[in-house]
Order: sequence, then C-alpha cells, then structure tokens
Amino acid sequence: MKHALEMLEEMGLSSVDQLFEDIPKEVRTNGLRLPNGMSEVEVLREVKSMLSHNLTAEEHPCFLGAGAYNHFVPSAVRTIVSRSEFLTSYTPYQPEISQGMLQALFEYQSYIAELTGLDAVNSSNYDASTALGEAATMCMRLNERKRFLIPEAMNWEKKSVLRNYASGPGIEVVEYSYDPYTGELDLQDLRSKVTPETSGIYVEVPNFFGVIDSHAPALKQEFPDVALVIGANPISLGVLKAPGDYGADICIGEGQVLGVPMNFGGPLLGVFACRQEHVRKMPGRVIGMTRDVDGEKAYCMTLQTREQHIRRSKATSNICTNEALMAVAAAAYLSVLGKEGLENLAKVNIARARKLQKMIGQLEEFDSPYFDAYHFNEFVIRTPIRPEKLNKLLLKKGLIGGLPLQGHVRQLEEHMLLCTTEMHSDEDLDRLVYALKEVQ
Amino acid sequence: MMYQQAKYDRRLIMEKDGRSDFDIPFSHALEGLDDLAPANLLRTSLDLPSLPEREVVKHYINLSQMNFSVDNGMYPLGSCTMKFNPKYADVLSALPTVASVHPYQDEDSVQGSLRLMYELERALCEVAGMDAVTLQPAAGAQGEFTGMLLAKAYHAKSGENRTQVVVPDAAHGTNPSSAAMAGYEVIEIPSGQDGCVDLEALKAAISEKTAAFMVTNPNTLGIFESQIREIAKVVHEAGALLYYDGANLNAVMGKTSPGAMDFDIVHFNLHKTFATPHGGGGPGAGPVGVRERLMPFLPVPRVVLRDGKYRWDYDLPDSIGKVRIFYGNFAVLVRAYAYILRQGGDGLQLASERAVLNSNYLKNKLKDVYDLPFKDLRKHEFVISCKRLKEEKGVRALDVGKRLLDYGYHAPTIYFPGLVEEALMIEPTESETKQTLDQFADVMRKIALEDDPEVVRSAPHNTSVHRVDEVFAAKEAILSWRAFKRRAEKG
Repeated sequence: MKHALEMLEEMGLSSVDQLFEDIPKEVRTNGLRLPNGMSEVEVLREVKSMLSHNLTAEEHPCFLGAGAYNHFVPSAVRTIVSRSEFLTSYTPYQPEISQGMLQALFEYQSYIAELTGLDAVNSSNYDASTALGEAATMCMRLNERKRFLIPEAMNWEKKSVLRNYASGPGIEVVEYSYDPYTGELDLQDLRSKVTPETSGIYVEVPNFFGVIDSHAPALKQEFPDVALVIGANPISLGVLKAPGDYGADICIGEGQVLGVPMNFGGPLLGVFACRQEHVRKMPGRVIGMTRDVDGEKAYCMTLQTREQHIRRSKATSNICTNEALMAVAAAAYLSVLGKEGLENLAKVNIARARKLQKMIGQLEEFDSPYFDAYHFNEFVIRTPIRPEKLNKLLLKKGLIGGLPLQGHVRQLEEHMLLCTTEMHSDEDLDRLVYALKEVQ
Repeated sequence: MMYQQAKYDRRLIMEKDGRSDFDIPFSHALEGLDDLAPANLLRTSLDLPSLPEREVVKHYINLSQMNFSVDNGMYPLGSCTMKFNPKYADVLSALPTVASVHPYQDEDSVQGSLRLMYELERALCEVAGMDAVTLQPAAGAQGEFTGMLLAKAYHAKSGENRTQVVVPDAAHGTNPSSAAMAGYEVIEIPSGQDGCVDLEALKAAISEKTAAFMVTNPNTLGIFESQIREIAKVVHEAGALLYYDGANLNAVMGKTSPGAMDFDIVHFNLHKTFATPHGGGGPGAGPVGVRERLMPFLPVPRVVLRDGKYRWDYDLPDSIGKVRIFYGNFAVLVRAYAYILRQGGDGLQLASERAVLNSNYLKNKLKDVYDLPFKDLRKHEFVISCKRLKEEKGVRALDVGKRLLDYGYHAPTIYFPGLVEEALMIEPTESETKQTLDQFADVMRKIALEDDPEVVRSAPHNTSVHRVDEVFAAKEAILSWRAFKRRAEKG
C-alpha cells in the first residue's frame, strides 16, 4: 500500500486498524475464508474454462423463446454499449455532465413511444415480468380498484412475479382462459370475469403461444372503464398496430429483443409506456426534455417526486437501479435497423415461423401449428413423445429444442413452444425437422 | 487545471436523415408474403429514422463523449460506491458462453453457468456471514423487496400477522419504498444526537406488530453503528427480523459481516461492492442472503449440486416464488464472480481498508473549510455540510457539486441524508490514489474559498450544457420526440 503510511501519519494514526476501532470486538471477523486472489490471466483462464461447459446458440441451433430471444445483435450496437462513458457512468443525477446518456435514453423513450403509440415512456424496468407487476399496481393507482385480469396462457414465472408485486397492495389476480382452437383469448370467459371492481386487463400481442390475438383491438371499446394493458413484442410492432392506437393505457414488453443478447436470462429490458395523462402515476425513472440557463436544449431526469429517493414509502415504485444501458442498446439497435429494417425483421420472423410450422406440419405424428391463428415468431406444436424426452433426443443431435408447456399452461402436457428468428438458417430448420422425423 | 467537456451536434437521431444500409437475412424472400396478421392489427404508419451505420455510430459515440463516467475521472457519489470497473470483466461478460445461452436450456447444457452461480453464492455467503444466497433480484431495491417478501412469508409460516417495518430516517429511500411495496406500514424513527440509531426511539417503535427493522451499517453518514448488537437484541426479542441494506458493505469486508452483527437478511449491490459497472443507471444485481431459518422461503429455483452435477431445484413448497423472470442478471454475476476471484479474500478486505483509509484521509483534508457534523471517525464515506458556506456566501451544496463538474469531478451525493443541512456525501472508494485525493481536496477547498461566489453559484461552465432547468422539465413532462412534436403542433 504505497502512500498508506503517509496518509495515516497525516491523520496522526499509525495503523489502518485504528480506523476500524469503532467496530465492537464481539462483531469483528478475522478476514474472509476465501481463496487467495489470482492474477488477471488466471482469472480469465479460470472463468472461460468454467463457462466452456455451456452450449451456446451460436453452435447449436436453439428454438427456445418464451421471454428471451435469440436475435442478431449488430456489431455497431456492441461498440456503442461498450463505450466506457456509457458503461461506467452512474444514474445521470448531474444533467450538465451527463447529456450524452440523457439524450440516448430520451431517444430510447422516443423510439418506444413511436412503436407503442404512447407518449410517456420510462427509461426502463428490469424485465417484462416486473414491468407487468408495476403495470398492475399502476392500474390500481389509476382507478383505485383492485382486480387485475391476466391470461391463463402465460409464462408461469411471469404470473409468479406478478402475484408477488400484487400481494403488497392486495390486488386480486384473476385468470381468463384461451380458445382451445385458436389460442386467442376466450372472449366469453373474459367478459364473465370483468366486474365493477376490475382495475385492469392484461393481454399479450403476440401471446405466450406466439398467437397475434385479433380480439385485442376491440377490448377498450367494450371495457372503456377498465385500464387496458398490452404486452407487446417490440419487434412485432414493426408490422403490428401501435397499442396506443387501439386504446391501450399502458404498454409493456420485453425489450431484450432490441439488441441485447440472451445472457442466460439477464440483464433484460423492461419496456414501460403509458398515455401522457397517466404520466404522474407511472413507475421508474423518466428523462424529460428541457433547456439550460442559456435556453439551449437539454435533458434531465424528471418527475422525481414520484420516486423513492424523494417520496420514500409513498413512491410509485421502489425502482432505483434499472436497465439503462440496455435501453441505450435498444436505441442504438433501432437506429441501425431503421424503419425498413424493423419492418423487414418483423416480416422475416413471421415468414420463418410459417415456414417451420409448415415443415413440421408435414410430419405425420406432429400437430403444427397446434393453434389455428396468425403467429409471430413462436408457435405451439403437439409432439408424439413427451417434450422433455424429445428435447433430450434433440440435444444429442446438437439441437436445442423448444419449451415444454407443462407447468406453464394446464392440459398442454404434450405440447412444445418453438421459436424461430432470423438467426436460423435453412439448414438449421432442415436439421430440426430431420431430427423430429427420426424420433417419430 | 480546468476540465472542458466535448460538445457536438445535439440533434436527436430522429432529426437526422439518410439511408439505412442494414441487411437482414431472408428479407429478399419476402416478396409475396402477405396476410401477415389480422387485418385489424396491421400497422399503417411507422415514423422511424433511417440512417447508415456510419451515421449511427458517429451519433452515439459523440453522445458518449458528452457523458462523464468512472473511466473519465473521480466519481465520489456517496452511497453509490463508484469504484473502478476492471476490464477483464468486460471480456468475460461478452463471451458467447455468456451472451448466447438461453435460460431455458437443459441443465446439462448450462453446467458452466450453474457452477458459476453456485460458487458465487458461496462466496457471497462468506462475505456476509449468511447461510444461503439467491442471485435472482435484478437490483438492490429488488433485493430489498425480496427481503420484505421473505420476512412476510417467514412470519406467516409462524402464524403471525406483523404489519409494520421500521426504518431510520437516514435510511436510503428504497428501504421504506420497498417495505411499502410489499404491503407493510412504514414507521420512520428519528436518528439520535450522534447521527446513529436512537436505541430508545427504536424500542418505542418496535412491537409485536413489527416484521423487520431495516438498517445499513455503516449508516448513510458513514458512521459505524457501534450499538448494533443492542439493536439486534431489541429487534429479535420482539420477534422481528433484522434487515441489512448492503449498499455500504464496501466499508467492512473481512472486518465484520452482517452475520456477525446478527442480521437475518442482507442484500448485496454487486454494482457497488463487487465492481460491476453501473451502465448509466443499470443493470446491477441485488442478491439476497439469509440465515438458515429463512432459507425455505427463498425464490425458486435454487441451484444445487447433486451427484457431481449442478441442477435447478424448484421443489420448495414454502418459497415466495419468483421476483423476476429467469435467474438473475447473469452477465453481471459473471463480472462479480471474476472480481472476487481476482481479489481473493485478502484482496476484498484490502479493498475495504483502502476505501476507509481514503475516506478518512479526504475527510481530514476538508473538515476545516466545510463542517463535519457528528463524530470524526467514518467508514467508506462521510457527509459534510455547506451550511456555513450558504450563510456566509450564499453558496449551496448544489452549487459546490455543480462547480466540481468544471474541474472534471463528478459531484458528491447532495442533500442526503436529510438530517444534515446542505449535505455533501462523499465516497472516494479504494480506487483513487493519494494524488487524486489531494487534487480533489485542493479543488474542494478552492471552491469553498472562492472570492467570487457567483462563479460557483452559476456553475457549471465547462460542460456541454450549462445549468439545466429541472423545474421546466417537470412542468412540461416531455418524455419523447412524439410528445414534443404534439406539443409543438398545439403551439
């Protein structure tokens, strides 16, 4: 410790221990029982070697989606989010010296506003599941009611997260069922569950089955007094109508698809947008446009009186650290793709999924697509053997199969959710279909 | 020497024009693809810019140069522990074996990830003196929320209905907010004359209704709560749990631990203590550690080692379930794990020692020109007051913070904790050299002794924009280009 003694001397001390004498003896520990430190080269070797036991979607075609998606991340996006100035900065508390991050986040908010058709966007939640939890509590703040409707056809993890967020304020979470033929929401069932106590209805477009639900655009008209929350895949919004244009009060989604790698499930990016008139009820950090003392355009964090560091126990949310860097990635990603790029990407995803649906559908023992509907890039198939077993067989052939639906949605024990994106080559699709043919 | 920040074209990317050169595989085969979606769901307009990659890169690199970061200079933002983020972690977190792995892959195909999580949990247990750790929470505040859900489940299991959580008035804002989100009534107790928890006030607030007492130690003034054992006794005798806000853990690694202090639940901020970058606001990671009696309630899945293989265990009937989808911010966990390996046990303790040494050294150099309320010995951070400066020259803590920007330092945390008037909360961390601390101290003194207070009051002068009108921002609430255009149309 060069200079340490000098520093201590200047304070009239002789040992670092004196700086810790306020820690009572009975609570002191004597160091840490952890291995000695390693050199950098050893650390790199050790961690790389440990992680080499992972199979990657780069080498093994992966047909999983259900909340994390394998899309192409343009090299420019990596370059931009690797910039030290973005990566190693803190929350932009001092706007004058943080205009770069603030503008990038404002652009993210602007992109999401355009995609969702909603003017107010926050600068991120953790992921789509927590954005849903926050949406449910925001609905309660909007109309002071406490009954929140969600689809039965939903990832169970998301339901579990929602129930935890709903438990504090005592929001009742009620599931509505799906149409067993189309995979869309069951309108009769939904109608029967909307009561005067109902605060919000959550609908996913595309839904957990990858189905683009044609009921969504009519819901606000039918239930004008209930808050409508749409869960959207941001890439699909390249071709699908903006939820704000069909009455959504809030739109959430998983922003990981916008230039963030799968990362074994995190970090992700919780998208959260709402109508301008609800802005003071929304959770999370927001960046606002303003001006500086000379009248020059500037950006800063705003509406902070909603937030925990000011409002404490009365805040709209406890969120502090968020996923800002992922929001910058999303802005950079949408900028690289541009308007045509995003439209084409959405179309390619639809086209590739249709192609794979058809290819698997031609196998006698498989039912594909299981639901008769429009799909985005995911779809359900029924498999002749248990999906878990099928996945083991596929893995032996170097393929990462889809998600077995058992445990997520009832009565779909022989069903698997497959996802295909622009990342799968024709050869990848052929390999999957060939492997499926062999097992049947 | 003064600092001068870059200033570039500040038009939004939406205001720029060009032609995109991005190409998507298979997009040539889209001819004839129609009937994309139900007719009532087809989009009719999409107002996004189109630019070549060259323009996009230029735009964001120029923006980055109008942003201050740890890699640029000292960032003494108290309670945020802006230590250096080592670069080996960048290399590791970008590996395909991290980035290109799907969370729902078969356990056999993700043994590397599972082992890393298992080992990281064990290392964090050792640092905190806890029996088990969950890596699931995405951030510190989510760790707190998780901790509150655990407390709820724990008390419910014992058939108790405890409805209140007690926090000191100096607590981080997330503490009361997280407790409230979990459904608790929050009771704030005033700090004592010494800036620490007032044991009598605590006793008066704690009852059979108390589920937990949340506290950080050292506290937000940087003072170690020496009565922590007495505090623990009061809390535990009432049947409540003691919650450790790990935001200040960087002060005490190897010296004491939440476990040794008798805490029941702890959250870690990996983006503070374990050197992972903050990304301009996130991602972070907020693992939670617990004592054995709280283990049954941890979120699912737990990573376990069975017959030499790492597995997910979902079979925990008393678990609170999930607090986010999947298992945690894995790419952040990789960074923290690498940091722990690099430092080792001795290195982590040394980091705490250096952080406390730097903090006290700096405090010592500032306490004559600024006021240091409460006792002298601090841990990793200290809070000084600009009250005298305000009275004598009309210079506020905010102004001092802004003036620091002109010298190329980030401002300290200002106006927190509230019990200190005109507070500047300074945390230099272990990363800075004596030379940097000396220079920073010189600048702080210079600002306090500045002949013309107007120079300070009107700062900053050397940043890409000058003092920003935050009141106007809040009044107008323009959060997107779309909202701006709509407002412009209305006039």
